Order: sequence, then C-alpha cells, then structure tokens
Amino acid sequence: MTSNYLVYLIALPLLGSALLLFAGRKADKWGHLLGTAMSGGAFVIGLYEFSQMLGRSTEQRAVTQKLFSWISVGSFQVDAGLMLDQLSICFVLLITGVGTLIHIYSIAYMSHDLDRRRFFAYLNLFIAAMLLLVLGDSYLNLYVGWEGVGLASYLLIGFWNQKPTYATAAKKAFVANRVGDMGLSLAIMIAFATLGTVSFAGVKEQASQASTGALTAIGIMLLVAATGKSAQFPLQAWLGDAMAGPTPVSALIHAATMVTAGVYLITRSNFIFDAAPTAQLCVAIIGAITLLFGAIIGTAKDDIKKALAASTMSQIGYMVLGAGLGPAGYAFAIMHLLTHGFFKAGMFLGAGSVMHGMDDEVNMRRYGGLSKFMPITFATFGLGYLAIIGVPPFAGFYSKDKIIEVAFNAGGIKGITLGCAALLGAAITAFYMTRVVILTFAGSKRWDDKAHPHESPVLMWLPMALLAIGSVASGFIFTRGNSLKNWLAPVVEQSPVHEGELLKPEVVSVLALVLVLLGVGLAVVKYLRKEIPLVAPTNVSIFTRIARRDLLQDDFNEAVFMKTGQKLTKALVVTDKSIIDGAVRGVAKLVQGSGSALRTTQTGFVRSYAMWILIGAIGLVAAIWVVTL
Amino acid sequence: MNAANYLYVSALLFTIGAIGVVVRRNAIVVFMCVELMLNAANLAFVTFARINGNLDGQVMAFFTMVVAACEVVVGLAIIVTIYRSRRSASVDDASLLKR
Amino acid sequence: MSNVNWLTTLGLLPLLGALFVAFLPKTNALAAKRAAFATTLIVAAAGIAMATQFQRDNVDLQFVESHSWIPTFGINYAVGVDGIALVLILLSVLLAPIVVLAGWNEASGGRWSAKTFYILILILETMMIGVFAATDVFLFYVFFEAMLVPVYFLIGGFGSGKRSAAAVKFLLYSLFGGLLMLASIIALYVISGEQGGHTFDTTALSHLQISHTTQNFLFLGFFIAFAIKAPLWPFHTWLPDAADAATPGTSVLLLGVLDKVGTFGMIRYCLTLFPDATKTFTPVIIVLAVISIIYGAFLAIGQTDFKRLIAFTSISHFGFITMGIFAMTTQGQSGATLYMFNHGFSTAALFLVAGWMTSRRGSSKIADFGGLQRVTPVMAWVFFFAGMSSLALPGLSSFVSEFLVLVGTYTRYPVAAIVGTFGIVLAALYILIPIQRSLHGPVMPGNEGLTDLNVREKVAIAPVVAIILVLGFYPAPLLNVINPTVTHVLTINGHTDPAPSIAKAGK
Repeated sequence: MTSNYLVYLIALPLLGSALLLFAGRKADKWGHLLGTAMSGGAFVIGLYEFSQMLGRSTEQRAVTQKLFSWISVGSFQVDAGLMLDQLSICFVLLITGVGTLIHIYSIAYMSHDLDRRRFFAYLNLFIAAMLLLVLGDSYLNLYVGWEGVGLASYLLIGFWNQKPTYATAAKKAFVANRVGDMGLSLAIMIAFATLGTVSFAGVKEQASQASTGALTAIGIMLLVAATGKSAQFPLQAWLGDAMAGPTPVSALIHAATMVTAGVYLITRSNFIFDAAPTAQLCVAIIGAITLLFGAIIGTAKDDIKKALAASTMSQIGYMVLGAGLGPAGYAFAIMHLLTHGFFKAGMFLGAGSVMHGMDDEVNMRRYGGLSKFMPITFATFGLGYLAIIGVPPFAGFYSKDKIIEVAFNAGGIKGITLGCAALLGAAITAFYMTRVVILTFAGSKRWDDKAHPHESPVLMWLPMALLAIGSVASGFIFTRGNSLKNWLAPVVEQSPVHEGELLKPEVVSVLALVLVLLGVGLAVVKYLRKEIPLVAPTNVSIFTRIARRDLLQDDFNEAVFMKTGQKLTKALVVTDKSIIDGAVRGVAKLVQGSGSALRTTQTGFVRSYAMWILIGAIGLVAAIWVVTL
Repeated sequence: MNAANYLYVSALLFTIGAIGVVVRRNAIVVFMCVELMLNAANLAFVTFARINGNLDGQVMAFFTMVVAACEVVVGLAIIVTIYRSRRSASVDDASLLKR
Repeated sequence: MSNVNWLTTLGLLPLLGALFVAFLPKTNALAAKRAAFATTLIVAAAGIAMATQFQRDNVDLQFVESHSWIPTFGINYAVGVDGIALVLILLSVLLAPIVVLAGWNEASGGRWSAKTFYILILILETMMIGVFAATDVFLFYVFFEAMLVPVYFLIGGFGSGKRSAAAVKFLLYSLFGGLLMLASIIALYVISGEQGGHTFDTTALSHLQISHTTQNFLFLGFFIAFAIKAPLWPFHTWLPDAADAATPGTSVLLLGVLDKVGTFGMIRYCLTLFPDATKTFTPVIIVLAVISIIYGAFLAIGQTDFKRLIAFTSISHFGFITMGIFAMTTQGQSGATLYMFNHGFSTAALFLVAGWMTSRRGSSKIADFGGLQRVTPVMAWVFFFAGMSSLALPGLSSFVSEFLVLVGTYTRYPVAAIVGTFGIVLAALYILIPIQRSLHGPVMPGNEGLTDLNVREKVAIAPVVAIILVLGFYPAPLLNVINPTVTHVLTINGHTDPAPSIAKAGK
C-alpha cells in the first residue's frame, strides 16, 4: 500500500519551523499559533492515517511513500522513502498528540519570553525530525531524523544559552549523542557490508542469511546508538544536565519522545536482535543497569526536574529491558513507552506549572504544601504519580508489571536476575516518586514570602489534564484483549515457542505491589513525618553523597575522557608545532645555514676569486686527465 | 724546430700570468698579467694550427685578440673610474660588494 | 556536441576580465570590484551552461580541444573534462563570484591597490579552470605551478599578520612538491618515447607499460606533490599558516578549490597512470588519511584562533576525501568527489563568516568573542549553519559525502572506517566548542557594538546556504555526473565493489 500524505506529516512542522525562523521578529505576534497549528495539523494527518489503517486488514496496514532516490552510488541505493506501519503509527500519534499538547502548554508557559517564536520554531523542527525518525523506511533515513532530533534537542537545551552552564549542558548532550550516532553509523556500515542494503525491509529479508557474528556486531552498534539517544548506561550522563532547557522541552523531548527513540530503534530492529542472542542479552543487561542507576539517582535529587529526569532514565531502562527480552517483551516495551509518554510528560508539565507559580524555583526543599494552592496541578501530577509507581488500575501498572513478568519468565539465572532488578527498581521508583510528591505538595510551606504560588492558566492545565486522562486510562485500553500486542504483532513477530512461566502474572503483581507499598511507606516515614531542612543535610552517608553526585558519572567521564582528551590535544598541538612543523622549519633553517656558511667564501678580494678560478681550472684539467687516462 | 717548444713557452707565459694575477695587488699589473695569459693562449692556438696544418687555431687567435682589445677598453675604464673615486689602484680595496 | 569551445572560452573569460580591470584607473577601486564581480558572474553562468551540455553517461572526456603548442616535445594545449573535473570546475566558477562579493573590502589592507587584488583573483580563476580541464600532463603541470603565483601575491600582498612568511612557506612547500612531480612527468615522457612516440597526453600515457618498480617511484613523485597540496598529514603545516595570514576570500579559494587539485590529481593521475603502484601504496595512504582525520580533528579542538581552527578541520576533511579515493569502491570515490564539492561550500561558509567576525571585532581569537547570538543573530545563525555543515549533520550536503566515504571504506577497510568514524565525534567537539564560546554565553565586552550582516553579505552567503541544503536532500544531480567517471576509473584499476558478505558466503 502506498499513501501520498505521509510526507505532509513531516513537511508541515518543517515548514512551520522554516517560516518562523526566516520571518524573524515580524512573526513574534502569531508565531506560536502557527507552530501549534502545524503540529496540530500533523496530528490530524496522523489520525487520518490511523483511521485508514484501522479500516484495512492486518497485512495491508503498513503504507509506504517513495519520494525520490536520495543516494544512489553503485549498489548503495537509498531512497527518500517513508513507511508507516503499526509500530510507527503509535509513535506518530504520541509525537504529534503529546507534541501538540505541549505546544499549547508552551504558549502560556513561554508567554513572557522574548524569544517565544524561536522556541516554537525549534519545537516544530523537533516534531519534524522525530517524525522522520519514526517514518524513515531505512536506517539511513532514520539516521537523518536521529541526528535531527539531536540538533533540536541541542537547540532547545541551550535555549537560554546566555547562561554558560546551559550552553555547556547543550553541548554535552550533543556530544554524548554523537557518540551514540557513531554506533548507528557503524551499524549501517556493517549492515551494508554484510547484507548489501540498509532499508528495513531489505535487512529484515536478508538477516537470516547473515552470520551471527555480523548480526551481533550490528546489534551491539545499534545498542550503542540507543544508549546515546535514550540516556542509557554508559552514555546517560547528559540527561540530567539537559534539564537546562525550558520545562516543556523536558516534557516533550527528554521524557515522552526523543529519549525513547532508542527503544524504537531496538524494537524496529527486532529481526536483528532476535537472530543475535548475545546482543539481545546486552540490551537487557543495559536496561536493567540503567533502571537501577536512574532510580538510585532519583532518590537523591532535590531539583524537581532532575529527579524526574533520573526517573525518565530509569523508566526507559524498563523499556530497554523489555525490548531486550525479545519477542515476548517488544509489545510491552512499546506499551510502557506510550504510557510513560503520557504520565511522564504530564508530570513534567506539572513540574513546569509548579515552577511557573514559584518564580522558577526548582528546589523541592523550598516547596511544600502546594496542593492547596495548585489543586489542578496536584491532581494531574498525582494521577501521573499513581501511574508511574504502578498502582492498579493506572497505566503504569499494566505496562511495568508486564515487563517485570516477562523478565522473570526469560528463563534461568538471566530471568531471575533481570526480574529481581526490575522489581527492586519498582520499589525504589515508588520511594523517590513519593518523595517528590511529598516534598512538593504535602507538608508545611517552606518557601519565602516573596513567592506567590498560584494555579496556572487554562492553556497550561488543560494539556496536563488531558495527559492525566492518558495516564489513567491508556494502560487499561492497551491491555484490553491484548489490543496493543496484537496490533504490533505483524511488526515484531511473536515467538511461537511459549516458554514455561516461572511466576504467574498474579504473583508478580502482588510482589510488585508489596514492594511499591514498602517504597511508599518508607518515603512517608522519612519525609512526611519529619521536618524537611531547607538545605540538604551534609552529614550523610557516603552512599547518599555518591548518589547526589549522580553516582559519579560526571566525575568518571571527566577523569577518563575529558582530561585525557584535553591532555592529548595539548600534546598534539605541541607536537605539531615542534616536531612536524619543526621538521619543515628545520629544512628551511638548514638551507639558510648552509647559505650563510658558504657566504664566508665570498671575501670580496678579486685575487682570492682568481685563485679559486685557477684552482678550479687546474682541478678540472686534472679530472679530465684522470678520466681519459 | 720542434713545435712543442712553442707550447712550453706558452705554458710558461700562462703560468707567469696566472701567478701574477693571484699575487699582485695593483690593478694595472693584474690587468697586464691577464693580457699575458690571453697571449699565452694565442700562442698555443697558433702552434696548434701549425701542428694540425689548418687555420682554425689562427682564426681563434684573432677572436681572442678582439676580445682582449674589448676587455682592455672596458677594464681600463673601470680601473680608471675606481682610481678616481677611491684614489687607489689596489684590487683589494675594491671589496665593497661583499656586504 | 556543439561547436562552442566551452573550456577555452571559460578559461579565457576571467583573463579578459583581468585585462579589462588592468585598464581601469588605479584610484577607482569600486569600478575594479564591479568589473571583477561581473566577470565572475558571467563565468559562473557560462560554467553552468556548459554543465547542462555535459553528457552524463559518457565516460569519455568531453568538450575536448587539442592544439599543438610545443610540437618539438609533443606538448599540446589539450583540454577536456570528465564527470569529476566538471564538478570541480563548477565548484571553482560558483565560488569565485561569492568570494568577490563576500570580500568586497578585502583588498583594503593590502600592499597594492584593489585593482591588483581583483586582477590576481581573476587570473587565479583562469588557472583553476585550466588545471582541472588540462588533459595534457605538461599543461597540467604549468597550471599547477603557475597557480601558485597569484596565490603567493594574494597572501603576501593582501593578507594579515605574518603574511610574507606564510606566503613564502606556501610557495616553497608547493614548489618542492611540484618539482618532484616534474621529475615524474619527464620520466613519463621518456618512457612514452621508448614505447612509440613522445607524448604528454594523459590518455596515451595511461596505456603505457611501466614496470612496477618504476611505477612506484613515479607514483611517489606525483603523490607527494598532491599530498602537499591536499594537504595530507604530515605535509600539512603550511596550511594553517597560509589560512591564518590570507584574507578570508583567498582562504576560501585556497582551501575550497586549490587544495582540491591535490585530491583531484590523485584520482586523475596517480590512479589512472599507475594502477600497480596504487595497489602497493594504498595501505600506507589509507593509514595517512586516517591519521589526518583524527589528527586534524584533535588539532582543531586545540586551536584558539578561528582561521587556524578551520584550517585544521579541513585537514581532517581532506583525510576523509583521501580515504574515500583510495578505498577503491564506487561509494568511496563518488563520496570523495562529492566531498570535494561540498567541502568547498562548507569551508566557504565557515571562512566567510569567520572573516566577517574577524573584520568586525578586529581579532580572530575565539576568546575575544562571546554572546554573538544576542548581538548579531543572523551572523550567528550562518556561523552555526556552517558549523553544522562542517560536522556533517544529516540533511546537509556534507553528510551525504561523508557517509558515502565511510560506507565505501568500510566495505574494503573496516578498521580504517571505524577509526575514521571517531572523527564524527571529534567533529562535534571542534565545532561546538567554538560555537559555545563565541555565540553563547553572556555578551563579551567589546562585542556589544558589532553589526549584523548587511544586505551584500546576506546575498553572498545565501547561495552557499542554499546549495548546502539542497544537495543534502537531493545530491542526485552531482552524483549522476560523478558515478560513471568513478566507475570508469575503478575499472582501469581493476577494482569492483566488494560484494556483501552474505553473497560471498552464498557462493
């Protein structure tokens, strides 16, 4: 099936972005409206395509659109082609839907910013790039979107780049992402060298013929790409700093959509990972490490956005874990991705709403008791909270429990280890999210009298409310009759082998709930019952201190990569000057030196010249004589 | 008479001229020594012409004479000019181009 | 084919323009500028017109002309282009008007009048067209060396800082390489005489039977000349000095076009004349290319001056180009050729903006800038865009070429490609660090009064931006011209693309 409308999904926001950027200050008055309209337009097209898709039979649902031949050299043929299938439509609707809501939210949130037009231009650019990422029909097209969202993310993190730390955060994000991108380009190169094609369809078709070694290499490289974009261990360090961007950005890019691109990549490449068990295991392990890593950092953060960012990292860890569990887990990874898109975006918007009312204060130790002043924010945030810690029947319960269950049932020690990690993560999640809610909304007020907390305008709370509905209902809808799993089945191919269950779903749910209750209870005891000091106490254990320093991720990167790199650069600069250019200058010196040495023979005395001529003549005659002898 | 003897005279004259050029300071004397060398060469040319029985050497000798004449004209002019400006005919004094 | 002598016309036009400028009064700089700009525009139009006449699928040389020049030595005035040369000639004629317009006031700090500046630029344009069009090795050599003269005067006469020293270094270094090449050319001439008639014709020379050992020596003569020109590590040290001293416009022509003669020569002469020697030296050259990529990138990170930084990024990029050429795959070589074109524009953008920044601020030290995004938004945007192009952001033209080079290299030399891929991370660093320092952060004292781009500058940079964007999404027009020639070159060298490993396993 082909469709002629796919390109407009990308073209609309791209056009919006270009218009807003080129129009300059003239567009300040209506720029935000245009941006929102473009995003909304893309959402409408997405809905239209979705409805068309529903009307077709399962095999006929995927549609493609070939625009033109992009790169064609020898056997390297890449079309500018788009593909919309059951997997990408989920993303299209999430990106455009949540994206539009966040556009609306930003109209109010950014209303006092002089550069609001530019902000909307970047947002539109992001939407376009992200849509290209999920619609591209080959790895190379995906790569364009992949770096495109990286660029948009860079621009938006550094939106207030007049502050040097924010500019550094933006640069850090870009560079970390580039390390991941290196993995993606290597994966594409290996795929082309082994399979002779880089399109999804082609790779899927040929993958069975390739050696496991090659597929493992491709898989590992794709995983590297995913760790960069999705802030997974060991490339996770940029996400916390990325909170420098305006809060709507954090909600859209660094919670709901862009950071989940890694999960999309792995799920999209299921045919590679399913044929390369080692790579798949690596995916699961990385996911498990990150979900604990992020959760632990989350417990120690006082900055509300950074706590949420750590939570995002952890939740994406769940998704990656799910995707690393193979055919049994893909659908749940995507489900968790979608539900997370709702509740995390909602909570970020909630955090933005709190900051909006609190003069951009982000330190939760200076909040407290805000539920009275911001009832709507509290309600929506609370629903998101219930969803993320996995209380039934909220969304997170369905998606997260499924991942834990699949992990346990993965078999052997692997299953038990991964399952336990996921369970433990759930408990820690409950703890730190409860902490966030208590510090922000419960307890006594700890803010200055200068602050006048107030509820945000309707343009801000409406998106939050809509997302909260998603946090409540989406899990239920997706699991009802296994709807999402069946929907995605043609893309991710379910495993026909049904492995023995280690734990029954009910057991997992009960276990998880108990642990969640433990986490919540601990947080309540620790934070609700006690006075919260305005400044974080310093006489804490070494573990707390390490957790506050983001588990030393930055210290490690600085010591190992930054310092070495800087030293290497300095050494090379010196080498270039002294040795390589030194050799060149040495030759020049040599010529100069020999010239001035020979100059001394030019005494200026005619008679000595005559002498030299005579000696030369005699020498010449002698030489001729010797030669002819 | 053996023609080789003329060549010996020529070589002797040339050597005297060469030594003169190298050891004497006075420009005029140096100049005369150069003339001596030229004439030694002329003698050798004529002798060879005689030995080989053709006129090539004699023709060359005429050329040499013409060149020598030109050289005298230019050379003497230079020497006189130098003498006028520097009040000296010593060749060692004319080493200003060194620097 | 039409009867127009396209290449000769194209080559003579700038020379006529130079002659015209020479007769203008010395005091009227504006007239000289206008005349020069008009000439370059006409040449650009003529170049595009010629390109439309080019037959894409014909691998023979096109627009061929041949006239006896020095019959005693069998030297002809022989010109003609294949796909690769056409692309590079297009690059030259397109960049020239942009350079003239962008550097409208560049000649003001010079030893001589503006008139001299534009005469030199126009002469240089003739040489650039000639060097890519020549099909007689001797003619090529003449252009190759003669090209140095106008550049020498452009750097030494109109540059800044240690302009004389830089100009001399550039001239001597290039001459040294050129002389090595001359020795090889003479040897080729002698060998051709032994094998049925002295000639300098490239096509005839490529049919010679030369022993492997001789090929190795002759190859080195050519290659070192081109490696200096390109410039390849470790022959690169003249470039940062020259780029630092030259005016921005001169730098654009120097890095954008002149250095391409090196990589162009590698394909046209090293590969087609000495296939056996190419096989011998390929591993060494690949290693040098990879070193260039990484080394240039690290050095770029370590620079404190915009112009030197851009020069070192170019060394890194030339590493990519050389790697692509010697990977001996269609993707690698087509990518490398496209890279030459794209690099011309992306460097032009970088250098022109850096030049504008420098002339406004009176310094090219990165540390002297800060917060430009607030003060001069348009200029900051263009600089950002040029930087993105330099780090090969997908969607911009340089991505297509860089990725083709990497993919083409990977199929034959995976390790080289993997190491080369590290270059893309380093590229992010060497672009983003100066961007952060100069564009972001609080407005640096001394930057408040800087003016944004004026209309002339916007007009000059707009085509560059447009070309970078359009070719990023639709590189087909150039690739279609390049591909047949590259396939032809690889056939001469007896190379076919490595088959995908699954196909190999299947056999």
